[in-house]
Amino acid sequence: MEMPMTTAALEALETPPTKIVARDVNVYYGEKHAIRNLSIDVPARSVTAFIGPSGCGKSTFLRCINRMNDTIPSARVTGKIAIDGEDIHDPSLDVVQLRARVGMVFQKPNPFPKSIYENVAYGPRIHGLAPSRTDLDAIVEASLKKASLWEEVKDRLHDAGTGLSGGQQQRLCIARAIAVSPEVILMDEPCSALDPIATARIEDLIDELRENFTIVIVTHSMQQAARVSQRTAFFHLGILVEEGPTEMMFNNPTDKRTLDYITGRFG
Amino acid sequence: MSDIAVIPARHPGKAEAERRVARRYRAERRFRFYGIAAIGFAALFLVILFADILSRGIPGFFHHRVGIQVTLDPATLDIGDKRDPDALRAADYRAVIREALQALFPDVTGRAERRQLAGFVATNAGAEIARRVIAEPYIIGSKINVNLPVSAEADLYYKGKIKAGPGQQLSAETGVLLDRLRANAFVSQDFAWNFLENGASREPEQAGILAALVGSALTMLVTLLLCLPTGVAAAIYLEEFAPKNRLTDIIEVNINNLAAVPSIIFGLLGLAVFLAMFGMPRSSSLVGGLVLALLVLPTIIIASRAALKAVPPSIREAALGIGASRQQAIFHHVLPLAMPGILTGTIIGMAHALGETAPLLLIGMVAFIVDVPGGVTDAATVLPVQIYQWSTFPEAAFQAKTAAGIIVLLVFLFLMNGAAILLRKRFERRW
Amino acid sequence: MADHIVSTYESELKNLTRSVVEMGGMTEKQVVDAIDALVKRDMLLAQNVIAADPSVDALERVIEERAIITIAKRQPMGPDLREIMSAIRIANDLERIGDLAKNIGKRALALNGAFQAQKLLRGVEHMGELVLGQLKDVLDAFAVRDADKALAVWKSDGEVDQLHTSLFRELLTYMMEDPRTITLCAHLLFIAKNVERIGDHATNIAETVYYLVHGRELTDERPKADASVYVGAANQEPAR
Repeated sequence: MEMPMTTAALEALETPPTKIVARDVNVYYGEKHAIRNLSIDVPARSVTAFIGPSGCGKSTFLRCINRMNDTIPSARVTGKIAIDGEDIHDPSLDVVQLRARVGMVFQKPNPFPKSIYENVAYGPRIHGLAPSRTDLDAIVEASLKKASLWEEVKDRLHDAGTGLSGGQQQRLCIARAIAVSPEVILMDEPCSALDPIATARIEDLIDELRENFTIVIVTHSMQQAARVSQRTAFFHLGILVEEGPTEMMFNNPTDKRTLDYITGRFG
Repeated sequence: MSDIAVIPARHPGKAEAERRVARRYRAERRFRFYGIAAIGFAALFLVILFADILSRGIPGFFHHRVGIQVTLDPATLDIGDKRDPDALRAADYRAVIREALQALFPDVTGRAERRQLAGFVATNAGAEIARRVIAEPYIIGSKINVNLPVSAEADLYYKGKIKAGPGQQLSAETGVLLDRLRANAFVSQDFAWNFLENGASREPEQAGILAALVGSALTMLVTLLLCLPTGVAAAIYLEEFAPKNRLTDIIEVNINNLAAVPSIIFGLLGLAVFLAMFGMPRSSSLVGGLVLALLVLPTIIIASRAALKAVPPSIREAALGIGASRQQAIFHHVLPLAMPGILTGTIIGMAHALGETAPLLLIGMVAFIVDVPGGVTDAATVLPVQIYQWSTFPEAAFQAKTAAGIIVLLVFLFLMNGAAILLRKRFERRW
Repeated sequence: MADHIVSTYESELKNLTRSVVEMGGMTEKQVVDAIDALVKRDMLLAQNVIAADPSVDALERVIEERAIITIAKRQPMGPDLREIMSAIRIANDLERIGDLAKNIGKRALALNGAFQAQKLLRGVEHMGELVLGQLKDVLDAFAVRDADKALAVWKSDGEVDQLHTSLFRELLTYMMEDPRTITLCAHLLFIAKNVERIGDHATNIAETVYYLVHGRELTDERPKADASVYVGAANQEPAR
């Protein structure tokens, strides 16, 4: 009997290529063993959500992907993380170039205390992506449009970025991240400081960005993970407990710890 | 489900609760009163200080002048037919003034009285006539009206600071003569441009603050140029780049200790290192600036580090997150945000340096500087040292000069701080 | 499973299950009483069955309302969401069962005074016992979250269907033999159909219990053995 295929089934059928591969990753903060033997494959052009209780290592692992942990002197990372098969710890790969390929959006909206235009233009400028002023204008406009912010700010591009509302600031930060056309966008609890309406806008935006970017998002809201992601990974005490399609993770996870966490039974 | 234990709190009676609340409010009112009293106390002293300095210092900015008519007779001037500037400068203007005064007091005949009469006009009065004669030599031979500064004693008498009579600083006869001078000639009070235009002098009516003012400005310039870049660079390195290890800990502790070292030690250091070892010019504002820079550096480093630390790490992360290098993140984003704090630290440090005396005494900036210094290597003195020197002079007229010097120092300080605050406001306005 | 961190959430879920179990008890009694009233010609009991129905309906509405509020408030995940959805579905099935029992009660009243041969009732009585057993089992399975027991009920539905088919044939035969029994037999046919439908709802509940426990639907084709729809159609068994 022919059944019409659901969109979920269709999405499951086309398996996207793997973008990020992590194998046996261990992270130490001084004596503290923050992540233990983590291995995960993140598919391209999809949203992967990391969930787990505070201190479980999900943000730590996220910060490994663009080597933001390098800025913490006591942090030590072992194991292999590769983007498109290229080891990010390879000595020939400059960390600055890596971060241009792997953008990041932080928990608290953190626009630079400069104008909206300057916020978006900064990345392309330092990476030399815009040879002329017109090119830069075009990049700024395209980035703001892609971040669904253009209509709201096009008349006041030279006003302070910090004068925007929290949700607009966060979209400005997303525009700033995509202005350098990265391949991967890491989002560290991007909505935790926003109200529900602003959160909804960001979630809508994430869904649109999925077409062009590989997105990894850390979130404390399980509903948000369920809404925006295609795959979900559950972290607990520095261990990747379980990873799989989001529907499976939220309806019928294999591991009891995942089940306890998603249903709100964690002690 | 958790069973919540009943909290064994014993609620006091209504009366007791009210007493407790009243006590709390009383304690709060009391504390506010202490605070207001402390501020009032400080304000009172400030008012007393300012009132005292202003009342004593403002007369120091003014000087009495006497308007008399002098005859520029070439014979009295003892110049013959020569009219070249050198000859005119060497002419005997005192004689002209003496004659004019005698004409005013025909009854004064005694030699001693006449000399006293001539002494009522300041020693530099002749120089004023000379300037005019050199500018317009054709007035020689004619009678001109001049307004000449009176001597320091006469000035103090007219200001009412000293009295004449038995047991006073001036004899009764002198008092009578000065009163008569005021009655016969036009005696007026005028702004003493001398004070702002001249260097140091043993003569109080000629002593000026300009040399010390320029010396202070040059010294401050050297200090600022040296310690701001050095201090900020050191702070950035320590805060952003230096590995956190025992060595940097030791450096940090030492910088903090350095801020507490008595300033005279820095003077000794300057004497031993800059003068003895490097042979730099003695009493120059260059050496003074170097010594003060050493003194101020720890303050600026500590303030700058605090300002850098206060910049939210999210800004750093944002910059690093889009691929800025560490240096780009610091210079494009962190430093501009830390600038107001750094400038505040600099203001405090520079104000501290401006008022510093002890280390400068040791490197010879206490010298008697008559000429205004033209560069950082010229011998110079600074305002606080000049004030200190004047306060040690026995002449009564120097007391007013001391207070006037303090006013100049304070005005300089306000201007410097004002400039720095304006600069800080400019930085802050960039969001 | 451990308790929820939010204790009121935990008690909301527990209350919901308790209400469903209570509703199960009520409908079970309705079915028992309806069959009894028919067999023993107890008109009072039949009236009781009819009178009990509104309270069953009311309980269903209460369960549905509570479930919706819990979903809105707690945004349940995984098994919690399944529990709430199961409560709604089972309450729905139970309400239908209650309606069917009421219908049996009404027909029992209608049959009062009509000629009744005990042998005609035996088949319906037997079928009723079988379905009642199913209902009891599946409600037990729900109460203790026993998927295996639910699966057993689900599999046994074929038996009821077969019984229904043969009863259908039997009643047809009676009606042909003696036209005076037509009224009675027609009623009995509907009663048999109602009992068979109760069995179907019990099977639905079994599926729900299986979903509740395992988090996936019973996907196999349910064993269908009700061939009564084909009876009389040229006496042909359908080609399966």
